[in-house]
Order: sequence, then structure tokens, then C-alpha cells
Amino acid sequence: MAKTIEEINERIKKGEAVVLTADEMTRFVREEGAAQASKKVDVVTTGTFGPMCSSGAFINLGHSDPPMKMHRVWLNDVPVCADLAAVDIYIGATALSDTEGMNYGGGHLIEDLLKGKWLRLKASAIPTDCYPRREIQTYINLESVNEAFLFNPRNAYQNYVCATNGSDRTLYTYMGVLIPGYGNVTYSSAGALSPLLNDPYYRTIGVGTRVFLGGAPGYVAWHGTQHRPSVERTPRGVPVGPGGTLSLIADMKKMSHEFIRAARFHRYGVSLYVGIGVPIPILDEEMASFTGVGDDEIYTYIYDYSEPTRSRKPLKKVSYAELHSGNVEIMGKKAITAPISSIRMAKRIAQVLRDWIKSGEFLLTEPVQKLPTEGTLNTLEIRDRGEG
Amino acid sequence: MAKRRLVLTFPPEVVERPVVATLVKEFDVLTNILRAQVQEGEVGRMLVELEAEPSAIRAAMRYLEELGVIVEDAIKDIDMNDELCIDCGACTAVCLPRALKIEPPEWKIELDKERCILCGFCVDACPLKIISVRF
Repeated sequence: MAKTIEEINERIKKGEAVVLTADEMTRFVREEGAAQASKKVDVVTTGTFGPMCSSGAFINLGHSDPPMKMHRVWLNDVPVCADLAAVDIYIGATALSDTEGMNYGGGHLIEDLLKGKWLRLKASAIPTDCYPRREIQTYINLESVNEAFLFNPRNAYQNYVCATNGSDRTLYTYMGVLIPGYGNVTYSSAGALSPLLNDPYYRTIGVGTRVFLGGAPGYVAWHGTQHRPSVERTPRGVPVGPGGTLSLIADMKKMSHEFIRAARFHRYGVSLYVGIGVPIPILDEEMASFTGVGDDEIYTYIYDYSEPTRSRKPLKKVSYAELHSGNVEIMGKKAITAPISSIRMAKRIAQVLRDWIKSGEFLLTEPVQKLPTEGTLNTLEIRDRGEG
Repeated sequence: MAKRRLVLTFPPEVVERPVVATLVKEFDVLTNILRAQVQEGEVGRMLVELEAEPSAIRAAMRYLEELGVIVEDAIKDIDMNDELCIDCGACTAVCLPRALKIEPPEWKIELDKERCILCGFCVDACPLKIISVRF
């Protein structure tokens, strides 16, 4: 019998809801079947904790006296975007320090803010009648600013590719260090724990879905950039390789630096590990079946990252169960497989979210708009003129 | 037979002497050089694995120390800040001797110092920069 989100919320409020993490649900569905699981389970919690470059923070710094319409802004020597109203800024996770280069960047600013650290603010402006100040140097922290919220354009990729290296030199990439001669294969998905892999057609996850973001309650703001639902899928609907994405938002003042961590990928740059958990209401047998997905049913392709082209061909299709085994055969050779996203933390987030829901403090929301279920990506073509 | 993995630090005046050959020839110790940074006129560093009867290894170590070589157990020279580790697994991608491993169901990084050859690849590969290798 089908359930509604409202009914599930009533059960959560009464402390009666049955909530399982996605890995617990996989085992449950395999043992008892999806029909039985849909009757017994109300919510499945998912989690992921990977490097997500397309993340960042909006901050309102507060006004100085005399006031200033900030034009160029640096925090700890990292340039941030100030092309908004007078004291609104956006810290992009991958921004690099003017003085320390790839050793410090936007991701570190975000982590340092969450740790309560003071950041050195430097700004310059073109003075105006209403904003006469030309320069400022001061310090800010998470308490001293007004609003501070993460607004991440692309998070929680529904599956991703694997990277290997067929060349004869070491490659330093956002997928980690790749050893020459197909020496290793790296992957970056929480697999069966990952949010969108448990709701492959976005039946329950949509705009307005309440989520866990960085340790705080947040929301799906929109479909993420490069959201690509029209991709190859398995018979059960699971995308093979990158599919949908989410744009997420949440209040930084409620976050914990345990779930938001700065990263430096050697000779690539700065990124941000983002912890995300999405609750999935088990409305019916189909949702039970979707959330019962296992790592042996999720596939992706391995690509040779020594070919820096959009049109590179996949070398091999593998399941996450194979990737989790520690090695995979590629080009006739046994290569080490290694994750780049933390599966331990993905599980931890799914558990924390499960506990929030069980304690009645976190209710589910009905999406106010569905995510696109069709669509693919445009490319950037080199044109001689702006027509055609 | 016993095996022992050591980091040897050579003062500049010892760098020019055929120390490893002496270990093999005079002390009957199989000496496997895993990593070396040796330049004439500078302090040299070498990671070696010695294989011989325990008494022969002890004698070889005495010989090295008498020459002025600083002899340290190699396992002390990789350090990982467990508290800051998020267990992503990026370091395991480059660890060919499999000293760093991550496996289901725990998905926690395990460091087996006995297998580590102190190559230092993991230092670069760690996105949180919490591994240090002193060699």
C-alpha cells in the first residue's frame, strides 16, 4: 500500500518511523524483498562525502563606517567574487591564494570559517557619493558576518566516471594521482549509499527537498549544473556514469567542520569535501526497490585521463562491487582501485541523518518542483562570430 | 634469517666509502637499497632492508655506527594524522607496496608500516596533506 510523505511525517513525529540507512536497506530488500520492505520501512537515508569543486559560500560582511561598495575583495589573500551589492561576496571553493597558490584557497576559507577562525579581509573600491570608502583592512569570522550560507551549484553527482592513466608519466588530477601505464584506477562515488543513485528518476528528490548539508539542515535549491538525466541507464534505471546533479543550500552557521573539509589536489588545486545526506521516503514498492540497489548493480566507465579531450572513449565498464575489491583488470593488467570520496563518512552521514529523523527533529518535505527527467549537455564550441 | 628495515644517515665524509659493499662482503648481510639520496660532499640518506642472521645484522649495525652513520628503524619515518583523516582513500591509489589500504566494510585507512618503503607518493596524493614521510 502506498504511503504519503505526510503520513510518514506523522510517524516520525510520533517516534514510530522505521528509518534505515541505504546500506541497511540494500541488505533488507535482498533478504525480505521490495514488497515487504515497502511495508516495513518509512525512510531510507543516503550519504556522500566527496570533493565537490562546484561549491561556495555567499556571505554578507556587514557595512563599515563610512560605507564601501567593495569592488575587489580578498580573504587571507584569496580573491573572492564581490560583483554583487556593496558587501555581499561569494567564496568559490576552488579560488587560489595570491600568495600561496595551490596550497590555500576558497575551500580552506570555508573550512576556517566553520572552525571559528578569523580571516583577514582586504578590499578596494571605486568611491561613490553613497559609498565613499576606498579601501579597508580588517578581520571577520563566522560570528561577525551577517548571513553565511553555502550555495553549491553542483553537488551529489548521480554516479561518476573512473580515471586511469595510459601514458608514461604521472598525472595529477582532480581524481587524484594517476600512475603511468594503467597503474591505478580511481573512482569518486559513494555507490549504493549515494543520494541520487537511490532515487534514479528523481521521484522524491526535487526542488525543496530538505537534506543534510555539512552537518546542517539544508535544501535542494534547483537541479545542479550539468544535470544530465538522459544518459545510458541499467534496466533498473541507474545511470551508467555521470547523470543528475543537485544544487544545494544551507546555513553555514549551523554546519560543522567535520562535514566540510578543504582539499588540495597536488598540482591540480583546491577543492572542498562536502558532506551530503538525502532522506528518501519509501512511498511504495518501487521506491523500496530503488533504494535496495547494491554496489554490484551500479556501473560506470573507466576513462584514460591522459587524453585531455571531451571525446575520449571509455576503456572498460565496471561495477562498484568490482571497484571495491581493490583491483580491476585493465588493458591486460591488474590495477589498484582506490576511492577519492570517503565511504566511511558517507555511511556516517547516512547514520546521523537516520538519527535526526528517528529523534523527530528532522521532517521530510514534499518537493515543490520536480527535477528535469530529460535533457543532455550542450558543449562550448569555438565560433568566429556570435551567430549560426 | 631475519629482516630489518633501516634508514641510514651518512655524514659527508662517509658518503664516499663503499659501505653497502662492505655489509655484503664482510658481514654476509643481503642489502636491498629501497631508496637513496646520496651525493658527494652532502649528508646522504638511504632506506635499506638487511637480511641475514640476527647476529650478523647486529654486527653490521655496530660497524655502521662506528663509521658515524646514524642508524634508525625505518618504520618510525612515516606519520599520518589519524584525527584529521577523512578516510577518502586517495593515498591508497599510489601505494604500490600496499602499505596503505582501505577496505570494506570499515572503509578506514590502514597503514602497515612494515610494508612502507617511504617513497612519499602518498604525501602528494593526500588531499588533506596530513601524511608526512621523513626519509
